[in-house]
Amino acid sequence: MKTYLPPKFLVTRDLAKCIRCEVCVNQCSFDNHYYDADDDEMKSRSENCVGCHRCVTFCPTGALTVRRNPLEYRENYNWRPEFIEDIIKQAESGGILLTGMGNDKGQRIYWDHLVLNASQVTNPSIDPLREPMELTTYLGRKPDRVTLGPDLNLEAELAPQVRLEVPIMFTAISYGAVSLNVHESLARAATEAGTLWNTGEGGLHPKLYKYGRNTIVQVASGRFGVHPDYLDVARVVEIKIGQGAKPGIGGHLPGEKVSAEVSSTRMIPQGTDALSPAPQHDIYSIEDLAQLIYALKEATHYTKPVSVKIAAVHNSAAIASGMVRAGADIIVLDGLRGATGAAPKIIRDNVGIPIELALASVDSRLRHEGIRSRASIVISGGIRNSGDVAKAIALGADAVNIGTAALVALGCRLCQQCHTGKCAWGICTSDLFLTKRVNPDIGARRLVNLLRGWSLELKEMLGGMGINAIESLRGNRLHLRGVGLTDTELDILGVRMAGS
Amino acid sequence: MKTVYVKEEVCIGCGLCEVYCRLEHSRSKDLIKSFKRESQQPMPLLRVERREPISFAVTCRHCAEPHCVYACITGALQRDRESGIVTVDGEKCIGCWTCILACPFGVIRQEKGKGKIAKCDLCLAKKIPACVDNCPNEALVYAEVQDETLS
Repeated sequence: MKTYLPPKFLVTRDLAKCIRCEVCVNQCSFDNHYYDADDDEMKSRSENCVGCHRCVTFCPTGALTVRRNPLEYRENYNWRPEFIEDIIKQAESGGILLTGMGNDKGQRIYWDHLVLNASQVTNPSIDPLREPMELTTYLGRKPDRVTLGPDLNLEAELAPQVRLEVPIMFTAISYGAVSLNVHESLARAATEAGTLWNTGEGGLHPKLYKYGRNTIVQVASGRFGVHPDYLDVARVVEIKIGQGAKPGIGGHLPGEKVSAEVSSTRMIPQGTDALSPAPQHDIYSIEDLAQLIYALKEATHYTKPVSVKIAAVHNSAAIASGMVRAGADIIVLDGLRGATGAAPKIIRDNVGIPIELALASVDSRLRHEGIRSRASIVISGGIRNSGDVAKAIALGADAVNIGTAALVALGCRLCQQCHTGKCAWGICTSDLFLTKRVNPDIGARRLVNLLRGWSLELKEMLGGMGINAIESLRGNRLHLRGVGLTDTELDILGVRMAGS
Repeated sequence: MKTVYVKEEVCIGCGLCEVYCRLEHSRSKDLIKSFKRESQQPMPLLRVERREPISFAVTCRHCAEPHCVYACITGALQRDRESGIVTVDGEKCIGCWTCILACPFGVIRQEKGKGKIAKCDLCLAKKIPACVDNCPNEALVYAEVQDETLS
C-alpha cells in the first residue's frame, strides 16, 4: 500500500563540506544516507529520518542539518498534524500505534510553576564551597519514635536502611529493552556515585552481580529472572505493579530481542516473546500485596527493604496508604511523563496523572494518617534537572529516580523509536552492531558526571535557602511557592502562591 | 614502546579513525581541503574491517620481529631502534610489494598511483596518534605493548 505519510524531517547536506567519508551511512540505523556512485555524491532518503541526530553528531565536517519538514497543513486547532498522521498510520497498519519514551503532550508541568526560596538579610545563606553540605539520604522504614537507652544508644529497632550519597537513583530499565552495555554503565555509575540503579523486570546479567550492593532488583508480573541469588545479591527488592508510561498495561518484549544472553538472564526460551501480564496475577488486593511483600522479606531474611512501584493514577494516595500498611518500606510513584521502551501511544499520552500532584497528595495523605515515616517515597517520571529534584524533595519525596535524563546522558535524543529496536545510539536495542555504541567506560563516566553536576547544583540551592542538609528540605513545602496556578492546584500541592 | 590497540567490543565501525589518519598525513591539515582539493590525496594508513556485527580497525603492530622489514629488498622499511616505530622511506621504496606479502596482519597497502607502499607511522611527532585521539567511542587505545613476541 502506498503510504500517505509525509516525511517528518528534511536532511540537508552542505556539499561544499561533505567529504564523502560515509560515516553518516554507517551510523544511521534507519537507512537514511547512501552513496550514489553514479553521481559520486552522498544522498539522503529524508522519509526515513527519525531526527535522532546520530549522523549530525558524527559528521566530521558538520555538513549535515536535520530540520522539520516544512510541510504546512491548513490551520486547524482540532485536527493537528499529529492526529492526521496517526490516522494515516493506522489506516495503513490497522494496529495499535506504538511509541517509545515518555508523554510529550502539553499537560501542565508543575515543576515549571513552582519556585524555590532563598535567604536574604534576615537569615544567612550558606556557601557550599566553604561549609559542609549534606545530601546523604537513607531509604527504608523509620521507627515511629526514637527512644534512647541509658548509655544513649538507640533502643528503637531499625528496619534495614539504604544509604544514598545523593538522593537521585537510576530508574528501572530492563535488560532486553536496553543493552547490557547500558546496564553496565548504570551499574558502574551508581556504584561510583554511591547510589542505586534498578534492573527493571528483565533480571540481572551474571556479569553485573558484582554491583549488587548498588542494585535494586525488580519482581514484576512476568517474574523474569527471579531466583534466590537474584534476590540475595540485591540491596533492595522492588515489586513492580505499574509504570507511568503505561499504567494498567503489561509489557511485551518482542522475540527478536530475546537473544541467548537475554534468554538465560530472563529464564525464558530464546526467540520467544517476553510477555509481562498487565496485573500481577497473585495481587488482586492490598492483602495480596502484603503477602508478596512478606514472602520477599522472608526470602531475604528481613535484611533488605522491599519497595513497591505503582504508576501515578487518580487514587494513588489511598493506594499508597494501603501499600505502606501492607509493609512496603519504599513506595515508588511513576508519573504521567514516565518513559518506556514501548507503549501504546494512546495510553502513554492519556493515562495517569502528573507526578507532582501524585507526590503531594500521597505525602499529605501519609502524613495525615501518621504513617509517613513507615516508608520512603521515591518519585520518577520527567525529572529533567536538579531544580526538579529540589522541588520534588521539598514536595515530600525522599529521593527521585531518573531514567530519561540518564539515557540522554548516554546519547538519547528522545526520537521515540525505542520500540523499533533500531536505536542509532545503541541504547534501546539488542542489535549487536548497535549496542557497541554505548561503551560502558564512557557511559559510566557520563552518568557520574551528570550526578556530580546535579549534586553540586543541589548544594548551591540548599545553601541559598540557608540550610545545610537535604533532610531540612524534605517535605518542607514552605520553601516552595506557586506561580500561575489555581487555588485548587495550590491546595493539592500544599504550596502557597508566590507573593503570599 | 606504545602502540595502537583496538577494543573490538566497542568499535562501532564509523571509520572516523581513517578520516583523521588521512587528515594527519595531509599537507593542508584541513579536513575539507585535504579531502576535496589536495591532488595527492593521502590514504588512511589504517583500515576498518567490517562484517556486521563485527568491526575493528586494523593497525600496524610495529612488531619487535618485523617481517616486513626483514622482507624489504631495498632497506626502505626500517624499525627505529629507540622508538620501535616501523617506518617506510618513500625514496627507497620501489613498490615490489614483498612486505605486503610478508606482513602477518595485512596492514601494509599500496599507495594509489604512487607505486609505493604506505603504512602507519604512529603519527611520529604526536603524543597520541590521530586515530586514537579521534575515536569517538574510545575503541582505539595507545598503550604499552603487552606481548613482545607479536610486537
